[in-house]
Amino acid sequence: MSIKGKAYIAGIYEHPTRKATDLSVAQLHGEVAAGAIADAGISKEDIDGYFCAGDAPGLGPLSMVEYMGLRNLRHLDATDVGGSSYVLHIGHAAAAIAMGKCNIALVTLAGRPRSEGMATGTQPRNYGAAPDVPFEFIYGPTVVNMYAMAANRHMHEYGTTSEQMAWIKVAASHHAQHNPHAMLRDVVTVEDVVNSPMIADPLHRNDCCVISDGGGAFIVVSPEVAKSLDRDCVKVLGHGEAPKHLNSGQVDLTFTGARWSGPIAFEEAGVTPADMDYASIYDSFTITVLETLEDLGFCEVGQGGKFVSDGNLIAGEGKLPFNTDGGGLCSNHPINRGGLTKVLEAVRQLRDEAHPAVQVKDCQLALAHGTGGSIGTRMGSSTVILGRADA
Amino acid sequence: MSQRNIPSPPMSVENEAFWAAANEGKLMIPRCKDTGQFFWYPRNLSPFTLSNNVELVEASGKGTIYTYSVMRRADPQYVIAYVTLEEGITMMTNIVDCDYDTVAVGQAVELDFYETENGQKVPVFKPAG
Repeated sequence: MSIKGKAYIAGIYEHPTRKATDLSVAQLHGEVAAGAIADAGISKEDIDGYFCAGDAPGLGPLSMVEYMGLRNLRHLDATDVGGSSYVLHIGHAAAAIAMGKCNIALVTLAGRPRSEGMATGTQPRNYGAAPDVPFEFIYGPTVVNMYAMAANRHMHEYGTTSEQMAWIKVAASHHAQHNPHAMLRDVVTVEDVVNSPMIADPLHRNDCCVISDGGGAFIVVSPEVAKSLDRDCVKVLGHGEAPKHLNSGQVDLTFTGARWSGPIAFEEAGVTPADMDYASIYDSFTITVLETLEDLGFCEVGQGGKFVSDGNLIAGEGKLPFNTDGGGLCSNHPINRGGLTKVLEAVRQLRDEAHPAVQVKDCQLALAHGTGGSIGTRMGSSTVILGRADA
Repeated sequence: MSQRNIPSPPMSVENEAFWAAANEGKLMIPRCKDTGQFFWYPRNLSPFTLSNNVELVEASGKGTIYTYSVMRRADPQYVIAYVTLEEGITMMTNIVDCDYDTVAVGQAVELDFYETENGQKVPVFKPAG
């Protein structure tokens, strides 16, 4: 059994807003759903599967289904693994479609942390009744210092430098200059990144992603539906997912769950990292990209710093064009969950609909990878391999 | 250097013994009696066998910094760290009572306790003296 070729992404939509002062979270979900439905050229009534995660307000999908007036659903999935959820949803939707549980699945993401003044990265987050809370939360873990600790250990073990990590932001900024919706459109240099204020050693402000409102959606359909649509559909070739945790006290922050989700996805698709024409890599922080690239096999473990240097991730310059919309580092990171927008840019690349300045020529195969939770400690990793309809 | 106030840990029926020992200046670490392996964080089920055949054992209090980060953006700043104990498990903590610019991965540290708002003491670490 495999999902290879059993499902297609037929429609995508990214909300243009980055600060949704006058829009509710539910409205954002509804607007991105409408956008994806229109892009796919289907009717709302055709949707028989709905997927969402923890950003959906209310009781899982139930509140959103009512809000959007979805009446013909026969499959629901509210798996929440943080920012990686929406990449995982592709795999789950493809499996559901392959098993005949639904034919047209809608996946939505939306939120407004910027309008709500959320100090996403720098305030300790309390995960309530989680059993580890008494032993960690009291010490002030924040999103940024948790990723900073991973970066610090990676630097210690492999000699990775701040300048190398900075190249990841530099590449993202080269792409974001062409995205009119991107929050940060100025091209930055390595020096700009390492001279930006230190937030939590060794991560500078420019090592961090933006905090943005907004959202996105996509539609996953069966091969039969894909054939019937007057739209360029993208084939789902493989998917992998994996959690990674503190391992009962045998902590290793130098790698991510991509080490496990990646090979599963590549094997299912029957391809290798070297076959990828484009990669959307979750980029909450520069270190997130660096470790993920190693774990997915784009370079040897410990060599991520060298791999990302000297513009190797810049479209038209480097060997692996990544996050050509500017990614979370420069464009947007809706509700602090960047997995869905990773899928959208991979689909654009495969449809030749990326900005001409960053469009990969003859893009046949692309990867999208989502990261959720906190790197190395309680994280979800999900990888999908996508191809053109004839791939 | 002013010290960040560490909040009092939320108590649960599963970790009362750990926190009671902390108030006596002891860092008790959990061990699976089925396998003899230490684990972290404290819980009443072994993450190796899922049996409740677990015990708390007093740690030596010696460790090394696995990784750390100085939270520069906070006021007051503080050092969050994962410290690997002599017994082989790695736990989150704060590094205190030192010049934060001198903290390093691999540095030897020793156990201390910080009294939180409600009087509950929590384990922290400082450079080994």
